[in-house]
Amino acid sequence: MDQHSLLFQAMVYLAAAIVFVPLAKKMGLGAVLGYLIAGIIIGPSLLGFIGTEGEDIMHFAEFGVVMMLFLIGIELEPALLWRLRASILGLGGLQVILSAAAIAGIAFLVGQPMNTSLALGMILSLSSTAIVLQTLNEKGWMGTAAGQSAFSVLLFQDIAVIPMLAIFPLLAGNAAAEASHTHSLRDNLPGWGQTLVVLGAVAVIIIAGRYLVRPIMRIIARTRVRELFTATALLMVVAIAVLMNLVGLSSALGAFLGGVVLANSEYRHELESDIEPFKGLLLGLFFIAVGASIDFKLIMAQPWLIMGLVIGIMVLKGIVLLILGKIFKLNLDQNLLFAFALADIGEFAFVLLSFTSQTHLMSAEMSAMMTAVVAISMALTPLIMLLYEKVIQPYSTRSEVTAEREADTIHEKNPVIIAGFGRFGSMTGRFLRANGINATILDLDSDRVDALHNLGIKVYYGDASRYDLLVAAGAADAKMLIIATDHPEQTRDIVKMAQRYFPHLQLLVRAENNEDTFELMDLGVLHIYRETVDTSLRVGVDALRMLGQRAYHSERAARTFFRQDERTLKGLSALRDDKKQYINSMKERIEEMEKLISSDRIKTWLDEGQGWDPETLRDEIRGESEEAAP
Amino acid sequence: MAKVLINFAHPALEKSRVHLQLVHAIKNIPGITFNDLYEQYPDLDINVAREQKLMEQHDIIFLQHPFYWYSAPAIIKQWLDLVLEHGWAYGHTGKALQGKYFGNVISAGGPEQSYHPEGHHGHTIHEFLLPFSQTAKLCNMHYVAPYVIYGVHRQDISDIREDAAALAQVLEILSDKNFDPAPLPRLNYLNQILQLPAQTR
Repeated sequence: MDQHSLLFQAMVYLAAAIVFVPLAKKMGLGAVLGYLIAGIIIGPSLLGFIGTEGEDIMHFAEFGVVMMLFLIGIELEPALLWRLRASILGLGGLQVILSAAAIAGIAFLVGQPMNTSLALGMILSLSSTAIVLQTLNEKGWMGTAAGQSAFSVLLFQDIAVIPMLAIFPLLAGNAAAEASHTHSLRDNLPGWGQTLVVLGAVAVIIIAGRYLVRPIMRIIARTRVRELFTATALLMVVAIAVLMNLVGLSSALGAFLGGVVLANSEYRHELESDIEPFKGLLLGLFFIAVGASIDFKLIMAQPWLIMGLVIGIMVLKGIVLLILGKIFKLNLDQNLLFAFALADIGEFAFVLLSFTSQTHLMSAEMSAMMTAVVAISMALTPLIMLLYEKVIQPYSTRSEVTAEREADTIHEKNPVIIAGFGRFGSMTGRFLRANGINATILDLDSDRVDALHNLGIKVYYGDASRYDLLVAAGAADAKMLIIATDHPEQTRDIVKMAQRYFPHLQLLVRAENNEDTFELMDLGVLHIYRETVDTSLRVGVDALRMLGQRAYHSERAARTFFRQDERTLKGLSALRDDKKQYINSMKERIEEMEKLISSDRIKTWLDEGQGWDPETLRDEIRGESEEAAP
Repeated sequence: MAKVLINFAHPALEKSRVHLQLVHAIKNIPGITFNDLYEQYPDLDINVAREQKLMEQHDIIFLQHPFYWYSAPAIIKQWLDLVLEHGWAYGHTGKALQGKYFGNVISAGGPEQSYHPEGHHGHTIHEFLLPFSQTAKLCNMHYVAPYVIYGVHRQDISDIREDAAALAQVLEILSDKNFDPAPLPRLNYLNQILQLPAQTR
């Protein structure tokens, strides 16, 4: 493939995505379906912009699935994974075994040989991690009971691929196996050695994630070169995938494990936001490739057989899922979502199918036909999810987030995000923490992030003015954003970003000085906190007290002064807006200070508190004979 | 030995005529603990443990304050609400204050005759002080007759100085080692103690 055709292809893929995804979204079909439609249209069956190389691209784009599992892992804390163990092993295990058995049984009954039937059962029992999770995420159903169950099952399926790959050569007979097995380090080792290699690889991921990543990230952070972060994040995922391939394990599973290990790391949000765009693009590419791989000629040749197979398999899997959902006590609407989501056949089937034709477990024609069946079922998934959303969900009375499962949600999101955890933000953060309010903390000083992390405080490294980092920090679900960074310009960037993309967030913003306050007022920020005002006034209060003034009077005087000052500042801000000019010169700053000081002389606070010792009342009583107040 | 605690409350003492003189006259009397609440807690955050300990260390406890709106300045209410805890001051196990003496030292704007069923305020000052006397009762304390300085709106500075000297004299008597506070609840006003013959005090 020369340079030009590569660029041309990139252009075709990107253009197709840009044209069809927004269209699909507009029609309420969702992004996944948009990509699939784009793939079908530019694929060999329709426009023919891309030919048979679509399959290579699919293998390449499968890396998007690896990244997605890394991201899922990083959002999933080990403790939560442990809590999900029952549904992963129980629900997931039963789903794979029962579906595989049912499909294999029927295949055997219609006359397929035993080994082919078993292979078919195993291949078709899997569901599409990419499409299902992407669609669940897109619709915001990940946190629901059905979403969690689906996730558990998909996780188990990813694990189950490993023994399946090991069983296939056995089904095919030893002769075929030797010719076909993908090369890995395990090949020439005895059974115990293979186990050792696999365990070793897992141990490498865990140990590296625990002890190696943080020092490396710290060094990278110190360079303050942004793209190095992205490079490091990518390298991590790629390295995991390479290591897993080397020992013959699923790279998606390895990436998931790597993600889980890093879930408690302070660099979590940074890693998330670095990987996210790559994942998105690669998954999009993957879906396009799936769309393009649908062989319409083959389908046209035997339309009824193929559609029958698709519907038959999906109905069968759906029934198994419904029964399992019932056993695992899902509500009816959740159970339907669970069944609809997982009734499709997954992308691993492509891998396994090519494997079966190599090992002569299946004829080439049958393999091609099954590939078409798999692709169609994947393409149907977003459609049936849409059907669920539009037809079934409106009729279900229960909300999708059922109360009893709420504690299990995958995303642990805090109501408060604090940007900047220096001497200012740390005080606010500590205060909130002391009052039982957990905040997600973002900071740009890697040394500080490390130190705080060692204290067990959840701090994440990253620039809060980046949209993706705010997303990763949970800005969509948070209630407020406290901006306490040291640099006014960065503060304003964060404010603009938050106002634009997360208008629901309450903004509490630290300001450096009056000038900075004016800028923030111009941006429409309501809650502005000038950083030294309170301390200066506290010094003033103590000075008054030490000079012999009453404590209560001093405190009230400070509060009155503060209110007065804020009012004056607002007045000045309005004045400044009228003139449409900025106060730049020192001379103008001094003039502003003069205005402030002259307004102080009004000393209204001295007149407050009349009620406590009313001169007027005494005057009145002295003038009359009658007694008035107590 | 009777130890006297004065919990004093005036939100604007710097402008006060009466209490400034009273405080000046009494705060350094030996055997008296003068506790200036607004000065101690300008943010109204009462240190409950400190206040309870002070009460435990004294036998006679006064609230000294202007008689704002037939009652007391805000911090007195805050103090009562927070310090007199259930289980400490009252309730089955709340016996910390048992047998102590509790009373008010107040200044009122109107003259004595205005605090009368037929007077301008329609009730006696003792009636208005009912919440305080009942509070003392609930906390197993004896409510001491109130010390009242009437008609302060009409007083000039020499009158006030006389009042202050009289209060100082009363407090000196109360804080005397040999003083027995038992008859205090039977008086009408604590001021009258000066008129009693010395041996019966």
